[in-house]
Amino acid sequence: MSCAQTIMDYGLRSLGYGERLLPRTDFTLCHQFTLIGSGMIWNIYFGVLALIAGFFLANAIALAKSAQSPWLHRPANWFILIFRGSPLFIQFFLAYLIFLRVKQTIPALDWLTAAWAGALVVLFLNTAAYSAEIFYGALRSVPKGDVEAADAYGLTGWKRFRRIVWPTMLRLAWPAYTNEAIFLFHATTLVFFSGFPTTGQRGDALYYAQYFADKTFNPFVPYPIVALYFILLTLAVIGIFGLVNTYLNRHLPGETKKLRYRPQIIR
Amino acid sequence: MKKLILATTALALSAGFALADGHAKTIRMGTEGAYPPYNFINDAGEVDGFERELGDELCARAELTCEWVTNEWDSIIPNLVSGNYDVIIAGMSITDERDEVIDFTQNYTQPDPSAYLAASADVDVSNGVIAAQTSTIQASFIAASGATLVEFATPEETVAAVKNGEADAVLADKSYLAPIAEEDGEVMLLEQEELIGGGVGMGLRESDGELREKFDAAIQSMKDDGSLNALIAKWEVGAQF
Amino acid sequence: MFSYCTDPEALSGLRWLSCYLTTAKHAGFYWSFLTVLTLLAITAPTALAFGFAGASAARSAFAPFRWIGKGYIAVVRGVPDIAFFMFFVIALDQAFEWVRHQWKCPDWDAPIRQGNDFVVCAAAKLPLGTADQWIHEVYGFFTAALTFAIVFGAFSANVLFGAMRAVPKGQLETAAAYGMTTRQTFWRVLVPQMWVYALPGLSNLWMVLIKATPLLFLLGVEDIVYWARELGGTKTARFTDYPHGDWRLWYFLALLVFYLAFTKVSEVVLERLMKRLTHGQATLGGSS
Repeated sequence: MSCAQTIMDYGLRSLGYGERLLPRTDFTLCHQFTLIGSGMIWNIYFGVLALIAGFFLANAIALAKSAQSPWLHRPANWFILIFRGSPLFIQFFLAYLIFLRVKQTIPALDWLTAAWAGALVVLFLNTAAYSAEIFYGALRSVPKGDVEAADAYGLTGWKRFRRIVWPTMLRLAWPAYTNEAIFLFHATTLVFFSGFPTTGQRGDALYYAQYFADKTFNPFVPYPIVALYFILLTLAVIGIFGLVNTYLNRHLPGETKKLRYRPQIIR
Repeated sequence: MKKLILATTALALSAGFALADGHAKTIRMGTEGAYPPYNFINDAGEVDGFERELGDELCARAELTCEWVTNEWDSIIPNLVSGNYDVIIAGMSITDERDEVIDFTQNYTQPDPSAYLAASADVDVSNGVIAAQTSTIQASFIAASGATLVEFATPEETVAAVKNGEADAVLADKSYLAPIAEEDGEVMLLEQEELIGGGVGMGLRESDGELREKFDAAIQSMKDDGSLNALIAKWEVGAQF
Repeated sequence: MFSYCTDPEALSGLRWLSCYLTTAKHAGFYWSFLTVLTLLAITAPTALAFGFAGASAARSAFAPFRWIGKGYIAVVRGVPDIAFFMFFVIALDQAFEWVRHQWKCPDWDAPIRQGNDFVVCAAAKLPLGTADQWIHEVYGFFTAALTFAIVFGAFSANVLFGAMRAVPKGQLETAAAYGMTTRQTFWRVLVPQMWVYALPGLSNLWMVLIKATPLLFLLGVEDIVYWARELGGTKTARFTDYPHGDWRLWYFLALLVFYLAFTKVSEVVLERLMKRLTHGQATLGGSS
């Protein structure tokens, strides 16, 4: 069987299209690359959606955390503490068990125990907490002069925030936020690994790697393939975030335009 | 004179070493420790169950010193071939797939039919949602059938899935499911059973032919004198020989 | 443990619970917390050493060293840690045994890879076939710690690399002007000053390291997650004196509390350390 044929059969297997049965004998490198690549669809799905949704919640929580009212900053602090202070592995596990109970009381929410929704909710909340902490830090380092200048121009309230404070915050937070995005994509490998079950052999890259490691009894081929795919994904994330960074810094003189990684990882 | 004595001591020493090498090598028995009645961790935190008793008896008969270690099911074969333990004794059914990579002793249980555990008797096992533990013969079986397979990492989770309504039924070895069905009023065994595996055997490295023969002979002797049947009856792991 | 625990079936309520929580099996669970803490205590300095080596290599003037250092940082950071853990321990173990095999049994003529089997001579086995169980456990623990250290070494290399670049250039130029060699500049000027810049990143890394420990069971260490899963699962009366339903939720909630407390304490301690270290330094933290 040619490799093109394999790609036709298994390229979208992780979504349930193509051959129903996974290969069971004569495993070729092509099989492994195709199926593990197919699994990457899920890693990208979880990563992209959680990142986009988490971005908005993170902004809200960062604002709540810097608010004066204890009714706002206390819950924000707790939210950040719980999601940043515990391992994602355990969050997935607990979330699945809790979603099962939710489902029994409210049958309309039964989609929560499926990985595509339940795991996405966990990843969304998790990345929101980490990003909120980054945005909060950036919010506090917005130069006072910027805000005073805005006052002098007569900008107040929402307008001042929208046009002066928020863009600066985002610009300052961006390098650390890039790191967070990379970590989030890596974290998606945990979805089918703790808690959430795999239905109909539709899993992520790590699931298929485990399948091949189990069938060929050789872990030294499939896991490095996963590693290779993730290095490519990481490079893509760095590239895209770098473009956004150039856009955010477009008004600054040349030197600072380049995305400079802070000497720290935020996670 | 002195020289001579020294030489003999050296000889005796090396002979002693050779002997020690033959006898004192501990055979490490790898098991999962999460699959009663085959193997599980008892209240004292030790490996217990049918295979613990069987393994200890086999080691005694083969005159080997044995030691028990637990390992995750997922990586139980890679760790054997890499030499982290010498024997897998973990309720592992003898299959052609596995036989290509490792060697098996003769089976020490009769082929145990796989049974379905479900919440109601009228589950359609050919079209429903069936849970199974990842990397088991049951998982492969369901994947090839018309039903939808849901995979979990541990046997515990597969049973929980049925109770939670995540799956219509779970397919696993009958001897694992029977005690659960007996004690739990919510779930029951279905009449339909599947004969998948070829009985359970000990797994060894292909390069370890000598050790395999020793265990093979020990199993045979237990089959011959009826002690294996007594163990099978005690732990209720399928039919007797 | 307690005298009234001889017949658990007759007990109820708190007495039952007190007996249940003090079985030898639970002792294994409690010990595993210590295992995790010990592993952290060993891994952190080792990872720092790997990181230091990686960062020094990455800024070396000798190009091959630079490639190795930068490659190490980029590759390990680009890959999810879990993908490494799935095969790294076996790979490390085989690598050690292969090296010992070449050294101890030079005249061995049988192939090491026989089909799927990895066979080295008896003298090269690690640990030796005659070793006690505890040696095997220590060895397994050691390879797990090493795997952790290699992965997190790359992260700390990244932090230290950034910190070395953050030391003001003027300091190094002054050192050169005083006639110090490159080596002297590195050890006497650069290294002592970089720690302040590295500390925020390193404390973050410590938090990441804590939160990576639930994956230890993948490396063959019987850690708290292993025991929580094992103890929390449904137990039927045939195989235990203390039958119960599916209690995994409670065991995992206990783990959650443990991790929250641990990270919170770490945060407070690290903040204090930071304040003390940056006191009087010409950085933002020090000037405030």
